[in-house]
Amino acid sequence: MKQSTLIWTMLMVFGGLSLIFIQFNRGKGEVYVREVPVEAKASSKTSPEQTYRWSTYQQVPEKEKGKPGVSFSLSRTLGLWVAAFCTLAIFSFLYGDNPLYKFTEAVFVGVSAAYAMVVAFWTEIVTNLFAKLFPGFARMSFLPDISEDVQSDLLYLIPLVLSVLLLWRLAPKGSWIARWPLAFFIGATAGIRLISYLEADFIGQIQNTIMPFIVFDSKGSFLWIESLRNTIVILGVTSCMVYFFFSIEHEGVVKYISRLGVWFLMVTFGASFAYTVMGRIALLSGRLDFLFNNWLGI
Amino acid sequence: MKRTIPLFISAVTGFVLIGTAFIPKFVDWGNDAMAWFNLLAAFAFILGGGNLLKMQLQKISAQQPGWGYAAVTLIAFFITLFVGLAKVGVNPSVKFPEFAWSGEFQEEGSAFWWLFEYIFYPLSATMFALLAFYISSAAFRAFRAKNTEATILLSIAVIVLLGRTYAGVWLTGWLPNEPIIGSSGITYSDFHLPHLSQIIMDDFTTPGMRAITIGIALGVASTSLKVLLGVDRSYLGSDQEA
Repeated sequence: MKQSTLIWTMLMVFGGLSLIFIQFNRGKGEVYVREVPVEAKASSKTSPEQTYRWSTYQQVPEKEKGKPGVSFSLSRTLGLWVAAFCTLAIFSFLYGDNPLYKFTEAVFVGVSAAYAMVVAFWTEIVTNLFAKLFPGFARMSFLPDISEDVQSDLLYLIPLVLSVLLLWRLAPKGSWIARWPLAFFIGATAGIRLISYLEADFIGQIQNTIMPFIVFDSKGSFLWIESLRNTIVILGVTSCMVYFFFSIEHEGVVKYISRLGVWFLMVTFGASFAYTVMGRIALLSGRLDFLFNNWLGI
Repeated sequence: MKRTIPLFISAVTGFVLIGTAFIPKFVDWGNDAMAWFNLLAAFAFILGGGNLLKMQLQKISAQQPGWGYAAVTLIAFFITLFVGLAKVGVNPSVKFPEFAWSGEFQEEGSAFWWLFEYIFYPLSATMFALLAFYISSAAFRAFRAKNTEATILLSIAVIVLLGRTYAGVWLTGWLPNEPIIGSSGITYSDFHLPHLSQIIMDDFTTPGMRAITIGIALGVASTSLKVLLGVDRSYLGSDQEA
């Protein structure tokens, strides 16, 4: 191990241990919850009347510790520490690629893939496929609020078959069959997007740009600021479009107009860059706020 | 059959959906197609998960460098999948308490909620937050006012950055609200950085964004037509597939 790596590793380990020691001594980094009892009566009129009871837990600020009904939550406290560990482990990449970062990266990949699958399963497959094909079974199992009048929609066998064909991709032989659902996917995307983009973006944006160069108010007096603003927008859009028009040589007048377009685009990119940076900094401050406020309680 | 049928499916689906936009009676077809589309997208997530599983298992069985991390990925994957699908720790819905599976799968306090709140969210937010350092570092190295365009980009970025934070108020908040040239209506306070930033966003960024949006719309339309007419077949992959 290199000397610098050894020093940094020792610093990180000692830093981590001292943080844990400080936390336990100060009693910070703990989560408290209030128990909320829930009571519900059976929904079915035919079954015997029965009352069901259970409890949910609501997170409360630490200052409410000791109040009636408020208790220490081991699972959420553990979660807070796990979240702090994950945050610090990802930040450790600033020092360089290291096993701690790689470990959390691997966890992130696994959790996010499964998270997407679970959300897709409950929100789409159960709600929109299973409930449409087998409403009776869905009512008895996962979705009791489905009306008894709902009949199964056999048309949904088509997406079911297409979906099974899509999963065929994982099979060692005949993976080309997955092209059929993929073709539906691509065709549907192309059809829907073609119309929606032309309608909302192409025509909509041109419509918004068609506005008066000279603006007067209701009394007939000239509003020079509004007129200037409209003129800037119209000139800006036109010059940018001229710059994007690559079928003609950018020479003579066209060259100057397209140059103006480039300047407008540079303004747009500069503002977009500033917004991106601000977004990332806001996220960073959010994570630091979590570490210092929620975890360390400073 | 391997290429002709998919081309036919995509062309028919696409043109039928375009047609439904012009015939009000068939608007429901478009809605059905969107529902099917969402279902296929949901199954695509399962396909993605299956593919991840296949790749990680290959890595482990071949004992490739870093196979231990592949094992970690698999463990995290299976735990999340199990607690999410089995609704571990989820209470039944208050409206239907006799149905054990009627509760929301993301209910507060459940195991799946815990994984999202304390692992998924901190990890993803920190990953993106990390980019703040790299964006700043890249900007510091690459941004030089070498020509007019670069100077415009740099100065606008600085004005918007300062104008949209408290720094803008702090730096230019002292400018008085007095007219500059007679009764033109322009005052010194118009040059407050937050105000300048707003003018840039409203009047100078809008034309650029509008032109880009129009360009994107034209690009999407032409690419869609190329796909539907079978000119662009790249999505079918190669003929060598098993």
